[in-house]
Amino acid sequence: MSNITNQSLSEILESIKSKKISSLELTQAYIKNIENAKKLNAFVTTTFDQALENAKKFDNEPNNEQLLSGIPLAVKDLFCTENVKTTAGSNILNNFIPSYESTVTKNLWNNGAFLLGKLNCDEFAMGSSNETSFFGNVINPIGDRLVPGGSSGGSSSALAADLTPATIGTDTGGSIRQPASFTGTVGLKPTYGLCSRWGIVAFASSLDQAGPMTKTVNDCSIMLEAMSGFDDKDSTSINKKKESYSKNLKDNIKGLKIGIPKEYRVDNMPKEIDELWEKGKRILKDLGAQLIDISLPHTKYALPTYYIVAPAEASSNLARYDGVRYGHRSQKGKDLIEMYENTRSEGFGDEVKRRILIGTYVLSSGYYDAYYLKAQKVRQLIKKDFDDSFTKVDAILTPSTPSSAFKIGEKTNDPVSMYLNDIFTVPVNLAGLPALSLPAGLDKQGYPLGLQLVGKALDEQKILNIGYAFEKNCGYKNEIKKWWS
Amino acid sequence: MSKEKFDYFINGEKGKYEVVIGLEVHAQVLSNSKLFSGSSTKFGADPNKQVSLIDSAFPGMLPVINEECVKQAIRTGLGLNAKINNYSVFDRKNYFYADLPQGYQISQYKNPIVGEGKVLLDMPYGSKEIGIERLHLEQDAGKSIHDMDPSSTYVDLNRSGIALMEIVSKPHLRSPDEVNAYIKKLRTIMRYLGTCDGNMQEGSLRADVNVSVRKVGDKNFGTRCEIKNVNSIKFMQMAIEYEANRQVELLEDGKKIDQETRLFDTKKNETRSMRSKEDAHDYRYFPDPDLLPLKLEQKLIDDLKKSLPELPDNKKERFIQEYGLNSYEANVLVSEKEISDYYEKVAKLSDKKLAATWMMGDLFAMLNDKGLNISNSPISAKNFAELVQSIKSGEISGRIAKEVFEIMVESGDNPKKIIESKGMKQQSDPKELEKIINEILSKNKDKVDQYKAGKEKLFGFFVGQVMKLSGGKANPQLTNEILKKLLKG
Repeated sequence: MSNITNQSLSEILESIKSKKISSLELTQAYIKNIENAKKLNAFVTTTFDQALENAKKFDNEPNNEQLLSGIPLAVKDLFCTENVKTTAGSNILNNFIPSYESTVTKNLWNNGAFLLGKLNCDEFAMGSSNETSFFGNVINPIGDRLVPGGSSGGSSSALAADLTPATIGTDTGGSIRQPASFTGTVGLKPTYGLCSRWGIVAFASSLDQAGPMTKTVNDCSIMLEAMSGFDDKDSTSINKKKESYSKNLKDNIKGLKIGIPKEYRVDNMPKEIDELWEKGKRILKDLGAQLIDISLPHTKYALPTYYIVAPAEASSNLARYDGVRYGHRSQKGKDLIEMYENTRSEGFGDEVKRRILIGTYVLSSGYYDAYYLKAQKVRQLIKKDFDDSFTKVDAILTPSTPSSAFKIGEKTNDPVSMYLNDIFTVPVNLAGLPALSLPAGLDKQGYPLGLQLVGKALDEQKILNIGYAFEKNCGYKNEIKKWWS
Repeated sequence: MSKEKFDYFINGEKGKYEVVIGLEVHAQVLSNSKLFSGSSTKFGADPNKQVSLIDSAFPGMLPVINEECVKQAIRTGLGLNAKINNYSVFDRKNYFYADLPQGYQISQYKNPIVGEGKVLLDMPYGSKEIGIERLHLEQDAGKSIHDMDPSSTYVDLNRSGIALMEIVSKPHLRSPDEVNAYIKKLRTIMRYLGTCDGNMQEGSLRADVNVSVRKVGDKNFGTRCEIKNVNSIKFMQMAIEYEANRQVELLEDGKKIDQETRLFDTKKNETRSMRSKEDAHDYRYFPDPDLLPLKLEQKLIDDLKKSLPELPDNKKERFIQEYGLNSYEANVLVSEKEISDYYEKVAKLSDKKLAATWMMGDLFAMLNDKGLNISNSPISAKNFAELVQSIKSGEISGRIAKEVFEIMVESGDNPKKIIESKGMKQQSDPKELEKIINEILSKNKDKVDQYKAGKEKLFGFFVGQVMKLSGGKANPQLTNEILKKLLKG
């Protein structure tokens, strides 16, 4: 009983359904963990009273036919939650309480889950270490002083520290997969358009995608099934039949062709990442998959392309935070322009300001063609690289990140080295494809490392299957000492 | 119709200048809901009562295109004989203002939904074709109210997100009169199509006016100034007049014209500088990533084309052919769809030509007098047709008809009933008329003698006496005939 919270979501669901544990007991166990884990700074807001009410309600009238029956869940504070403060990790939304619920979280609640709290993240999801949050950096439970990755750093930290049985994040350039990799957990960025963006605080609209973060691949398939689906309120949502990812999960990957892109072997990459990649290839080969060398020639342009497209969209998306209708408004200033300037100066942190400036610059007249338009063209080439490869292979295997978790403060003064963290994840967002990060091993410091499986558009089932088979044969298990409690 | 000559030029000491005008008309799309949200578009609601989370740009809100607005834009494009683009893109036009919640306006920049088209104007000097450059869809902004409080600005977002069609003309207009004709024609076409109500008082139709001048004969355009957001035809004409003369004066003084955006001050009747080209906003247009490109199937366009109502140019031709009207009459009667409908109802029941004359004369004068329009005319088309028929058949004279018309306006009654009850029927019985005429002639023997001696002018006197005695009801034609006959004898 006492260690229910270190079980996987699917195990917990079994216990709920077989009445080994009530939803209330489960919720109380997580609340206890959360209260003991304040040092990790994973939560911005907790909704314990509401969660306990919902748990009781479930226990009184249990509906066990749902995907997430009686499960308390904490979610990234980028998802708008009705009547619950939603900050996006920013001072400018410090006091913002939405009157509406994002489609993705609503889908979770419609599947039997309820809200446990809102998880810290990089400000407006801009960051790779959770150090840009107005609410302070989050700590990686793997070790004191370590970043949990970002931007979904509160999510990865809370999940690895047993503060939520599963969670959701958003991934614009790696914000689910990199923190998953840094914490030894599973993270999936779905195909662009599979999960609705309605009600998610926007960072870069053409790249943002919500996805599950879980302890196991099976959990990941359950969460994806619950959160995804067509939404007519999002014009970029894909209208297709819902899939039963968990029911269709299978570990037979015999004969599948796995692409190994040569461009993902970058300079100065630690030897252990290379070894990890080799290990991954071996496991898949032993399971009967066929390894095929492929080339994604435009990979090296992905990062610069991303750092034009994403800030450009962000500079426009964040224009609405002007102090006029909601959120922080500066009391200083003698006219409208000064009110804007003061509100936004006080409301936004340095990284957000940096990206607004970059984005404004690349869209400016005289620079648009050289930067934004060119980046869009390169983006098409990157997408074409993947399209070409997927005529030959079923999925692509790469490392998730070029390094393991780093120390807090290690990269804060070097934005470019921080941006380099996303080098393996960013191309996938530019191409709109699904990708799964799997825990695969440890580096010599004992920090987790992940491998990434990239699939064709809407081929989530296949990469989940490969991940499922991999997980069974990899033998990785997170051993986290609860040093913080 | 005699053709006058075009003569709108400005004479300076150094030469004769012509005025070159292009218009960007903003027409509010007739649609129940906004371009990207379900909020109502009804005019006159209390401030901020028709605002959704999308219109006020709350975090995470996304636009979804309103298909009806797209159809309205296509219909309008077809009505302007324009090319409908199967592929168009929504862009963001970025700028900060308190009544622009998103911090950008969703508009169409490089790829508009409608391409080149044309509009025909009937001018006294002949018909003139005005080229349309493009039509695109965009969101309206909200309204900032600066005069409600000395220290604060109030914002009303009811208009925020309402669909506008921006219709850009080529620089083909040459005078305030042509601008008047052009706006009226656009308005007529859109009202026929039901795509814009054209109500300028409510702001459904506004325009930015581009004005430049050049010496007659010059091939190149002069530097233009854009006069922003003028909301009546009269103001547009006044602004053009002022602006063109201002530019000519500058040129005459050997000065340069700065390309700039200007405002028209309706109180002082002058334009003044708002911002120069150097201060122009950098709008940082880029395709809106929240919206997919708009791809139109040809079938949709073809179906809409088939369902278009008869448009004014075609209707005018038909009126000339079918009802024997002249070009001027046809023009007036097709200027509003409601007028043309009324006319057709009347023409089907009465004399077509006489119906046109009476409509354009007495009926329009009365409506104008009372500040009414044809759809709330106190005289129904059926009653009006009966009145016309009574005149045509000789049942009443034109003079009596005017009296009947007055009574119809007051009472809304059927003309037959009025004529009957008031005994206003024309006296057309020759025997009765002869009796009256004989009476007149015997009373005025001296005048009869004078007439017979050659003073033929007196004929009018006799007619007048007959009319007087008959209470105006004597059939004038018959009276003439009988009078002539009796005076001869």
